[in-house]
Amino acid sequence: MATMTIAKAINEGLRASLTNNPKSLLMGEDIGHLGGVYRVTDGLIKEFGDERVVDTPLAESGIVGTAIGLALRGYSPVCEIQFDGFVYPAFNQITTQLAKIHSRSLGKLTVPVVIRIPYGGGIGSIEHHSESPEALFAHTAGLRIISPSNAHDAYWMIQKAIECQDPVIFFEPKRRYWLKGEVDVENAGLSEDPFKAHVVREGTDATIVAYGPLVPVALAAANAATEDGRSIEVIDLRSISPLDFDTVEASVKKTGRLIVAHEAPTFGGIGGEIAARISERAFLHLEAPVIRVGGFHMPYPVAKVEEDYLPDIDKILEALDRSLSY
Amino acid sequence: MGSTQLPPGTEETLAATTAAAAAPGEPVEMVQLLGPDGTLGSDPVFSDYAKRIDPEKLRVFYTDMARIRRFDQEATALQRQGELALWVPLTGQEAAQIGSAHASQPQDYIFPTYREHGVALVRNVDLAELLKQFRGVSNGGWDPRENNFHLYTLVLAAQTLHAVGYAMGIQRDQKLAAAADSTDPKAAVIAYFGDGASSEGDVHESMVFAASYNAPVVFFCQNNHWAISVPTEVQTKVPLANRAKGYGFPGIRVDGNDAIAVHAVTEWALEHAREGRGPVLIEAYTYRVGAHTTADDPTKYRESAEEAAWREKDPLDRLEKYLRTEGLADEAFFDQVKADGDELAKYVRSTTHGLEVPDIRDAFASVYAEQHPLIAEELAWFEEYSAGFESDQEAAN
Repeated sequence: MATMTIAKAINEGLRASLTNNPKSLLMGEDIGHLGGVYRVTDGLIKEFGDERVVDTPLAESGIVGTAIGLALRGYSPVCEIQFDGFVYPAFNQITTQLAKIHSRSLGKLTVPVVIRIPYGGGIGSIEHHSESPEALFAHTAGLRIISPSNAHDAYWMIQKAIECQDPVIFFEPKRRYWLKGEVDVENAGLSEDPFKAHVVREGTDATIVAYGPLVPVALAAANAATEDGRSIEVIDLRSISPLDFDTVEASVKKTGRLIVAHEAPTFGGIGGEIAARISERAFLHLEAPVIRVGGFHMPYPVAKVEEDYLPDIDKILEALDRSLSY
Repeated sequence: MGSTQLPPGTEETLAATTAAAAAPGEPVEMVQLLGPDGTLGSDPVFSDYAKRIDPEKLRVFYTDMARIRRFDQEATALQRQGELALWVPLTGQEAAQIGSAHASQPQDYIFPTYREHGVALVRNVDLAELLKQFRGVSNGGWDPRENNFHLYTLVLAAQTLHAVGYAMGIQRDQKLAAAADSTDPKAAVIAYFGDGASSEGDVHESMVFAASYNAPVVFFCQNNHWAISVPTEVQTKVPLANRAKGYGFPGIRVDGNDAIAVHAVTEWALEHAREGRGPVLIEAYTYRVGAHTTADDPTKYRESAEEAAWREKDPLDRLEKYLRTEGLADEAFFDQVKADGDELAKYVRSTTHGLEVPDIRDAFASVYAEQHPLIAEELAWFEEYSAGFESDQEAAN
């Protein structure tokens, strides 16, 4: 067991992949000598050289497009998109090419590309640096989308993403980069399958589903609710596509109430998909409508008001109250 | 084929003759060896490359150009008869495609757009496979690894970046191979695109990446003068070949209707790339004689006089004239070419009719490489739903 931050855990996970898989390589803007704007790739260029830790030109479509070409030649590229709001120039390559090449070739070609994206708000940053665009990608078949919420998962999930033969978008909760946790570098344990949800807190009265940066918030809300005598279950989704509905369904059948929280705007978001599926699968077990807690239908607001925008403990508690009093 | 050593002075001559930037509207040098009248000229650099082409090879060029034109006519007819949803004709561009493709070697990898039927022919792709995506039974068809000929990419210019990434992979492989004293032949990549796609950002990014990493890639732009209805002048104010100068690698405009010059220039460029000298941009100056696709009507946007002028520069006619004048092919040869073309057309027609319609289960099976619960769930639902119809049918019987 070692204690490390999420950023360090991803760094160590990348180091392990670069060591174990000679065909893996990292590419992105400023990821070499600088070690990335968040230092997630710190020190890797010294260890593996500039052929395997590649500082690219400043062009996101170019990064993903050339990564596809490298994958077609048998490599396992890991791209870093510097910030969530800068992924859009690569959107065409991701959705029309990366997601579709396996299908287009009827399975003859695989493109095991990983795209790392620091995402989410809460860091007081300027425009385009705080977004949560995961639903845009979840809507595209052919992609897998995962997001760790703790250091142990971060260490293992990045390695599993690189091993996966499908393209994986790896959303990193940037405001939790410095969150420390215990990492077992010997045993993945429950992290073995990156596409399964985890029940991270057991409870009987209601279920909160969250992922990435909001898992600690959901846990804090659940703890706060114990003061009112409520027993709240919390699920860390971990994977957004595929989405582990079985785990959510089992929890809802036990608690009868479901809150889904994410930073991304509520409208058209993952919460809506979960609400719809759960209403199909567990309608008669629901004691209240599924309630979503998420961003408003607006461009991510300026930093000075982002607290009003972001789901926090109080917003989740308010949703719990509505559900429990329904 | 051919030597890997560049003739002395090649780089300098090229720098002087082809990379000179022309101001807007100024004429640009164009490499041409076989003129429209069928006479062979000379070029300080590329004549040496043209000399590598023996008479048998020239006859193959002609045969392939004639076959692919016949195939194109047949596919157009199949579309008109409702057998294909759409066809993308290549007539007029045979020399650009056959000439360049014959310069490639088996270890080279090729990224086409969606009009490179001639390149597919040279790379031994079964032409019936090409028709699958136009008949709506596949989005690909062939196995790209068998002939190092990638699937058609319909999103303009997206494949130029894939080509550069693939070339970056070749660079890494070659370093490992060199360390292991491998004798594997060196490889390069060709990225095909057109004058319309040259405006796409991905072309710019691919040239930046290729230049930065000195990637072994040849950008082969077929300037066929029309991006559906929009002329090249709207895409660029300078000759497209001149853009290479801005990226720091050689750019060459070649007469795209001259199979000999296209082959010579492409062979030079591929050797340049394979030898680690970096990318090259070739602008094959040609003309799309037919429509963009069978859904298009060129009479609405261009003059028939322009089409007629380009027909005078026809790539097949000029090579036929040369072969006849030089006594390199006789009447029996041309008769045989025609008979082969008709045979190919017959094959394509009968195979098209027989193309199997796939099952949607194949689509479920190929979305992901690894097991995916949503795919399994939706497929299970579909099976149950379909079975419902079958049991209804049984009950009715």
